[in-house]
Amino acid sequence: MTAPAEPATTTDTRPVLLEARSVVKHFPIRTSQGKQVVQAVDGVSLQVRQGETLGLVGESGCGKSTLGRCLVRLIDVTSGQVFFDGLDITTMSRRALRSQRTGFQMIFQDPYASLNPRRRALATVEEPMRTHGMGTDQEIHDRAMHLLEVVGFDASFADRYPHEFSGGQRQRLGIARALAVQPRLLIADEPVSALDVSIQAQVLNLLADLQRDQRLTYVFIAHDLAVVHHIADRIGVMYLGELVELGDSSPVYTAPAHPYTEALLSAIPVIDADAEKRDRIVLVGDLPSPIDKPTGCAFHPRCQYAQDICRREKPVLQPLVDGRQVACHFPLVPTAAAPAPRTTPAV
Amino acid sequence: MSEPLLDVRNLRVSFRTRGGTVDAVDGISFSVGAGEVVGLVGESGSGKSVSMLSVLGLIDNPNCVVEGEVLFKGQDLLTLDDKALRRIRGQEIAMIFQDPMTALTPVYTAGWHISEQIRAHEKVTKKAALDRAVQLLDAVGIPNAKERVNSYPHQFSGGMRQRVVIAMALSCNPSLLIADEPTTALDVTIQAQILELLRDLQTEFGSSIVLITHDMGVVSQMSDRVLVMYGGRLAEAGPRREVMRDPLHPYTWGLMGSIPPTDGTRVERLAAIPGLPINPSDPDRDRCLFSTRCSFASDACRPQPDLVAHVPGHLDACVLPYDQRPALRLEATTPTGVRR
Repeated sequence: MTAPAEPATTTDTRPVLLEARSVVKHFPIRTSQGKQVVQAVDGVSLQVRQGETLGLVGESGCGKSTLGRCLVRLIDVTSGQVFFDGLDITTMSRRALRSQRTGFQMIFQDPYASLNPRRRALATVEEPMRTHGMGTDQEIHDRAMHLLEVVGFDASFADRYPHEFSGGQRQRLGIARALAVQPRLLIADEPVSALDVSIQAQVLNLLADLQRDQRLTYVFIAHDLAVVHHIADRIGVMYLGELVELGDSSPVYTAPAHPYTEALLSAIPVIDADAEKRDRIVLVGDLPSPIDKPTGCAFHPRCQYAQDICRREKPVLQPLVDGRQVACHFPLVPTAAAPAPRTTPAV
Repeated sequence: MSEPLLDVRNLRVSFRTRGGTVDAVDGISFSVGAGEVVGLVGESGSGKSVSMLSVLGLIDNPNCVVEGEVLFKGQDLLTLDDKALRRIRGQEIAMIFQDPMTALTPVYTAGWHISEQIRAHEKVTKKAALDRAVQLLDAVGIPNAKERVNSYPHQFSGGMRQRVVIAMALSCNPSLLIADEPTTALDVTIQAQILELLRDLQTEFGSSIVLITHDMGVVSQMSDRVLVMYGGRLAEAGPRREVMRDPLHPYTWGLMGSIPPTDGTRVERLAAIPGLPINPSDPDRDRCLFSTRCSFASDACRPQPDLVAHVPGHLDACVLPYDQRPALRLEATTPTGVRR
């Protein structure tokens, strides 16, 4: 299998667990202007290696959640392919897909909406195991009890209903259920953004512990770049359905190459005694509509560096010297092919 | 220092419930000076919103008892009748809520919302009020204000809607603006826009602002003074710079340690606060309420510690020896396993 769109400089030899190739998801809608198309995800290619965490970050409406759902085929793609462990799950029959589903599970933002309010905690965790016929009743029961313990509940919680749990506890219950079928990949869609800060930290720590102990692979979707940088090994920054920057966490965070990443980073409210002295890049305007995307680079109407070419020509993802990829005509970090004209002299 | 604009003294808000009385706000005192921005930080259930709602008499639950004094320009708001209070609300004190969609009536235009507010407090013609609305929409950075004044709430994006609500709040040039989580529902990029707008407007109009938030980062960007609330009480209060540089209360340490570092370092685990926020109906209240989650808790945390000013203006309610705090803070907030 050839690996497209991944920089040749990567030294990571871990096997690729999940791969998306030119994934497109369009939603046809009817409006007062007739039939239109929401271009939610517009040609995203990425790879996730076994044991790593890929963070997907972007504003609401950028298509990160839709992409997450496409990656586990909760919705069908319009075009493109998704490979899990080498198998194309986009064309697989429902029956075949079902047996694959134990390999990848999803955690949602609102744990209350994703839990059955009339099912007790233990039964909630047992259900996926029963669905997939993973052992005898006793084995399933024992494993469910074990999982509840893993996410930090003692036996007294087993008989409680979701409404008896706090937000953070519900999210932990959702994690326990996702782990029930022993998945190798977890897609977490904004798992902490509905939680209080102190509880957020607890859930992030739990996810980190689970990854270490169970060698899990994560795709972590969030709008908060600081949280994504904290948990992810690599970061993909999305804007209007496309990846604009993709690379290792530290360089993306400390020296963003795409002006949009730079602006996202600058918008994070930092705890700082002298915060008012910081120069911030404040983006003008809102995210444009994914129905009527701007010509050329989709970011150009909000970009402080936009030139004529940005309005005309759409930039493609190109590799940078450090192995990152960026879709920008004037990246803030030199590209592998030629030095960037606008930044400091190339390395 | 001149007399504060708002002086809250021993405010207590309790709700009668089937399980007994619940103290949502348990005797807090603070003041807001003219032109000052005060950040009120805490997690859900800490009483930060309830305390400000009760200041404006906006809690109409018959089982709610509000005690204490809320002096606004020397007048106790809690003793005012509804009619007198209505003259102050909207005109002297305005409020911005977290969800701009529920703060606006979906069947009326932005212009209607703003001009209604103006006409409720001032004798002006509809035409004049609408003209003011256009100016206000322009001032809060809504492009094409002349046309947008006729748009309905659903025709605005979340950030633009919050701008409409801010324009509405500023319409009578209030001397105090209470902003309850004004940016929590917004994207970070839009949050940055709204915070910048609030700061600019504050400089221009000179209003005082009480900013209610759960985000230490937002407070650090915006406020002159910080109040940290836990379990309906103040855990710490002081000038922003000092609270950010030398936070004194273990709860403040925990709040700061719970946020992933933003300076580029990556850690394995965050210095999270264990356990759950205190349940306001917990009857055992004669103690430090944070002691159930605090790694330094001891018998000394009982009875309830007083709010003490170790440094003038910087108060905290913790019994730990003051001179040992920096060392203990380091112990509490050092995240484990630095990755890179």
